[in-house]
Amino acid sequence: MSAAIETDVAIIGAGPIGLFAVFELGLLDLKCHLIDILDRAGGQCTELYPEKPIYDIPGLPIVTGQELVNRLLEQVKPFNPQFHFGEMATRLEKLEDGRWKLATDAGTEIIAGVVVIAAGAGSFMPKRPPVPGIEAFENAGDGVGVHYAVRKMETFRGKNILIAGGGDSALDWVINLAPLAKSLTLVHHRDGFRAAAHSVNQMRELEAAGKVKFHVASVKAIHGEPGKMTGVTLAGHDKSEWQQDADAFLPFFGLTIKLGPIAEFGINLHENLIPVDTARFESQTPGIFAIGDINTYAGKLKLILSGFHEAALMAQAAFHVCRPNEKLRFQYTTSSSNLQKKLGVS
Amino acid sequence: MKIIATDRNGKVHELEGRDGWSVMEILRDGGLDIAAECGGACACATCHVYVNDGWFEKLPAPSEAEIDMLDMALAVEPNSRLSCQVICSDETDGIKVTVAPE
Repeated sequence: MSAAIETDVAIIGAGPIGLFAVFELGLLDLKCHLIDILDRAGGQCTELYPEKPIYDIPGLPIVTGQELVNRLLEQVKPFNPQFHFGEMATRLEKLEDGRWKLATDAGTEIIAGVVVIAAGAGSFMPKRPPVPGIEAFENAGDGVGVHYAVRKMETFRGKNILIAGGGDSALDWVINLAPLAKSLTLVHHRDGFRAAAHSVNQMRELEAAGKVKFHVASVKAIHGEPGKMTGVTLAGHDKSEWQQDADAFLPFFGLTIKLGPIAEFGINLHENLIPVDTARFESQTPGIFAIGDINTYAGKLKLILSGFHEAALMAQAAFHVCRPNEKLRFQYTTSSSNLQKKLGVS
Repeated sequence: MKIIATDRNGKVHELEGRDGWSVMEILRDGGLDIAAECGGACACATCHVYVNDGWFEKLPAPSEAEIDMLDMALAVEPNSRLSCQVICSDETDGIKVTVAPE
């Protein structure tokens, strides 16, 4: 593990509100590191609706989720934010000097005076099929049990593999794993696929060649001991059920949002939201701020524009936490040559 | 116009539909636990419901985009729909839906 990174502010979540926080903090000379479980900036805007027009951003009568994120990235560029993509913030501890140490599942450690949680509804995580006891077969080891992603294809060599789903991930892995599996079965709820046509064609060829079995079916039960999966019960739409050997089960139903490890940070939560005051947008743990969809207060509206406002006020409060001995002078970007210099426009 | 909705605990709710609103919006407004993460853009499959008692057949057929997006839903049945794509009207008065498992 490399040495911990020291910065002013650690932001959890690189969605629109986390990005705008970089801007507001940057105007006050506070440097930011951002952590996001996704592999790029934008959060729900780019993950769920990149092409969907948004009509209620002040000054932008119509803008898509992707365009808004692109513009925010351009806006924060002068402040050189450091992104840690594909990482989940998993642990938060207070240091003796009053600062915070935030750790991720990838081993990154960030020491910061202030932590800003701008995590929306939480982390994007793979959808877990409603199969009783499925949790017990997760994290069972390489190539066996339930996996929501393929990290090393080799670990699945010689295994009986069951894949569920009809999107691009499901079919890509059918095509890639079929040559090295002992057997590969695909189950999906219909005889049709969302995946790209050329992937579907390849899958059909593998099926015709006897290398892949396809059933219109769903997984009803997993058999074996926790950590040692032996097979599954499949069910068709006609309710017929049958059993099949399987060493590994790979469900690919995309992502859903779960609060995740933030719930374990020791911050006071109300119905999975972080209560904050509306002057500072600070949680009930001093030094931990929460902005955007993740917070709650009287009159809260889950709107991007509200999150922008929250980011601006949070930044003022965060400055005093990070720089207790300095005076904060409020300035406008329209008139302050100091701010314009930071923005690289004067 | 009514929507008869069964939540994940099996409790039945009688909700007042609104012309032109999606069933998802009525369920959410009625306090039922439905994620609807994408806010109604047919982009996440987390507003999945089963349409019961012959109502599935009475509805306009799902679009290709909805059928594709249902591939990302869990526990899909022949009467599955994404509730953000089912629009309330006089024709849907009394529709019966059950929120699908998470």
